[in-house]
Amino acid sequence: MNAFSRILANVQLRRQSTSLVVGVLFVVTLYASVCNLLLSPDSMFYVSTYTITLMGKYLCYALLALSVDVVWGYCGVLSLGHGAFFALGGYGMGMYLMRQIGDRGVYGNPELPDFMVFLNWDTLPWYWFGMDQFWFAMLMAMLVPGLLAFTFGWLAFRSRVTGVYLSIMTQALTFALMLAFFRNEMGFGGNNGLTDFKDLLGFDLQSDNTRVTLFVLTATFLALAFLVSRFIMDSRFGRVILAIRDSEARARFVGYRTESYKVWLFVYSAVLAAIAGAMYVPQVGIINPGEFSPINSIEMVVWVAVGGRGTLYGAIVGALLVNYAKTRFTAIMPDGWLFALGALFVWVTIFLPQGLVGYFEKLLAKFKNSNGGGGAASPAGAKEASS
Amino acid sequence: MTFIEDTREFWRRDRVWPALNRQHNAVDVSKNIILYVEGLSVSFDGFKALNDLNLYVKDGELRCLIGANGAGKTTLMDVITGKTACDKGSVYFGQTINLLEHSEPEIAQLGIGRKFQKPTVFEAQTVFQNLELSLKASKGIWYNLSATLNSEEDDQITEILHTIGLSQQRQLLAGALSHGQKQWLEIGMLLASQPRLLLVDEPVAGMTAQETERTAELLTSLAGERTVIVVEHDMEFVRSIARTVTVLHQGSVLAEGSMDEVQNNPDVIEVYLGEEA
Repeated sequence: MNAFSRILANVQLRRQSTSLVVGVLFVVTLYASVCNLLLSPDSMFYVSTYTITLMGKYLCYALLALSVDVVWGYCGVLSLGHGAFFALGGYGMGMYLMRQIGDRGVYGNPELPDFMVFLNWDTLPWYWFGMDQFWFAMLMAMLVPGLLAFTFGWLAFRSRVTGVYLSIMTQALTFALMLAFFRNEMGFGGNNGLTDFKDLLGFDLQSDNTRVTLFVLTATFLALAFLVSRFIMDSRFGRVILAIRDSEARARFVGYRTESYKVWLFVYSAVLAAIAGAMYVPQVGIINPGEFSPINSIEMVVWVAVGGRGTLYGAIVGALLVNYAKTRFTAIMPDGWLFALGALFVWVTIFLPQGLVGYFEKLLAKFKNSNGGGGAASPAGAKEASS
Repeated sequence: MTFIEDTREFWRRDRVWPALNRQHNAVDVSKNIILYVEGLSVSFDGFKALNDLNLYVKDGELRCLIGANGAGKTTLMDVITGKTACDKGSVYFGQTINLLEHSEPEIAQLGIGRKFQKPTVFEAQTVFQNLELSLKASKGIWYNLSATLNSEEDDQITEILHTIGLSQQRQLLAGALSHGQKQWLEIGMLLASQPRLLLVDEPVAGMTAQETERTAELLTSLAGERTVIVVEHDMEFVRSIARTVTVLHQGSVLAEGSMDEVQNNPDVIEVYLGEEA
């Protein structure tokens, strides 16, 4: 029983995991929503709106981690700049929410957001036009990150930039965007970013109903993204992606245009990250250039590494666990979190190269084997022995 | 006036627009020669890897390329498959297809398969899936999102598995195969793509005597319906399969002919075989 046949056994495990992930997500979302809306705050089972929003935020992070896993775990493209797509999606939503404030801002200007009045601007910059339409804003929130990913990917993959060089370039991309968005002249609110949102499509952002709806929507998007990603990775397209990860030259000589495969996967991943960003902003209530910071993008990679890459659900598990730990840890020792995160990353890399999920899969396979050698692993093992 | 002439020339009635001229992937071998390499020169930082090399390979032939290290064997394969650009010369596949204009995936789809020196297979996937990915089918993205295996392709894979002797390992991950089995799997992947021309770089490196013998059988059985070019160092192996041998030396062809002719060629004896024979 070596590592390879164990991986094969896990294929079946992953099929079962799909329904498990979607099922658990559905049950938890339903339970939390019902307990928040129907029970009185005195009840033992009451789930506070604060918790709902926190969970919604975690689910956004889980979607973001999923998008990182799609390119890193399956295609071997380590992007250290996914925060850029996340933040751009967030800014798209933020711009819409800013326009929704209308004349309820501090300066009471019906056209211009507060920060523009403060800068003595007379008119909206051209790129703010149309952002008061929800459909247009959402289209832009996905289109702009998608286009950025396409352009970047097309240039990078066509020039055959791989490995650590690509990681550094993505890091530079998000850093450059951060510096740009910090500038007041950019027209995105400078270092304060966009905040003070009032309502979304006419629904009050502070009300319990809206919060729960946003949470349920985030869970739905996560489940959908998970299913679509699973479909993509199980198709022959997904296996070409794996082939590119393991031996790009071979894939090329078999006849696949590896760069276009990589570009489209990168665009898909960027759009997922953008959706996560767009869902994140109304729940957290602010978007600022800090989201572009390189450290954020590195943190995402840590979530995926902790959960286990190349499994999809590992990314979700990792994002939820690490962020829960972050919430807990920063409450006790705010300054220590970055050290803890670094230590966690080192520890996982050394002791759990397959992540938490990989570790448990291994345990499960071992357990199944010791129970009379049953399970999916035995046919492969038997064949191997006979050869 | 020149503008009008230019315009007239541009809209010439018999003009064939390259974009509208659909690529026919069929190789024209009406002159019975499948590969033309003429006046090929490649240099890396002043070092001439290939120097005015001329090579013609007949359709259905099994050709062996031999030569000392640095003679340019692998560089020649790199140029043919589009991996390396050349400084001078021309490479034609059949009568019509200029290989220098095409990228690696295009050349692969035209029907030139290549086996690397070091066996490279997709290790995280099963033997069966490795072959499935290599099948002669559309390599487009949309197609592969919904592609499924039809029974014909399934039979084809089964047949290839039988040919390369890996029927038992069908569902085993390719990474778990032995070195020799990986070499065969890679040859099998070439077969699955149904190429017209196979370029095989050192197929028996690191194989046991028994495995070498089977590989020799496999390659000889392929010649005829396909053209095979083998690069090999192992002289015993070359002797067992070769009909025509081409000796490369310092980037150009030194001698060509049957194994006996080549071995008795005084130039060859001097620069290459001399030390071994």
